[in-house]
Amino acid sequence: MTTKADPQSAETVIRKGLEEVGADPGQINREASFESLDVDSLDLVEIAQIVEDEFGVELTGDDVKDLNTVGEVIDLVVAKAA
Amino acid sequence: MNPNNSDRNGRPEGAALVTGASGGIGGATARALAASGWPVAVHFRSNPDGAAEVVASIEESGGRALAVAADLDSAEAADHLLTQVEESFGPVLVLVNNAGRRADGLSPQIKDQEWQDVIETNLNAAFRLTRRTLKPMLRARFGRVINVASVVGPRANPGQANYAASKAGLIGMTKTIAVEVARRGVTVNAVAPGLVETRLTADLPAGAFDQAIPARRPGTPDEIAACIGFLASDEASYVTGSVLTVDGGMSA
Repeated sequence: MTTKADPQSAETVIRKGLEEVGADPGQINREASFESLDVDSLDLVEIAQIVEDEFGVELTGDDVKDLNTVGEVIDLVVAKAA
Repeated sequence: MNPNNSDRNGRPEGAALVTGASGGIGGATARALAASGWPVAVHFRSNPDGAAEVVASIEESGGRALAVAADLDSAEAADHLLTQVEESFGPVLVLVNNAGRRADGLSPQIKDQEWQDVIETNLNAAFRLTRRTLKPMLRARFGRVINVASVVGPRANPGQANYAASKAGLIGMTKTIAVEVARRGVTVNAVAPGLVETRLTADLPAGAFDQAIPARRPGTPDEIAACIGFLASDEASYVTGSVLTVDGGMSA
């Protein structure tokens, strides 16, 4: 049911999730901070849910609380899926 | 009323789940939600006949309903129950945490098990189901969680320390989760019934409390269900984190 989380697919899914919670598509890149994208803690919960549905990777509250940029989430998903 | 179109303007597709719906407040609530167009999962633990009756009466009125059995004592059980409902009706977008139990006694005589059982059913199970259903609700940008609390909790009732703790806990949980998810169109509210004529109160002597109730009578399950139905409706979209007291004036 779930797909494999390689860096490319993780980036695609996370980008889609960020757009879904209202981040400006033009501003989304690996270096962008959640603060600059106006992505808050509830948005991250929702993105974690999307990631779990897609890759079967669970991101806990502890996992996401120290993440600041889009690239950090992508790297964490890929690392946890490996 | 046709459950497939009317009164569903703009509402995402999904279902309602009412726990402890084999009779009393839960049964009346299941019927009320079905009448407003939701397919309803009628949860029960120990009374399959009661649940079947509720389902039959909903279907007779042209609604859709499904009886689902579950002991709500673990996250796995909650997940299994919700998966079952999702397979039949789609995501649960209206959750009514109604299942409740009592094990009364003065505090020095309440046993650990009696304390735990009441907290487990009335509070812990409600949290687990809420946590699980918030996921589809947040994604849908629509959700209604209604917790059936009690006037006991905010107010004392000697002999019900465990029950009061569970219901006060439910109200604290209601308010906090309401604030967490408000910006996603998900509302979380509680109703606080006073004395209502149900199986849960069948052991109390008839009329014994009427003098303590300004309305001079107990409430009926339909009177509580009407308030829950309101909180579940589109009209209540700006009501969240609130406790609607329905007690004939008893705690006013």
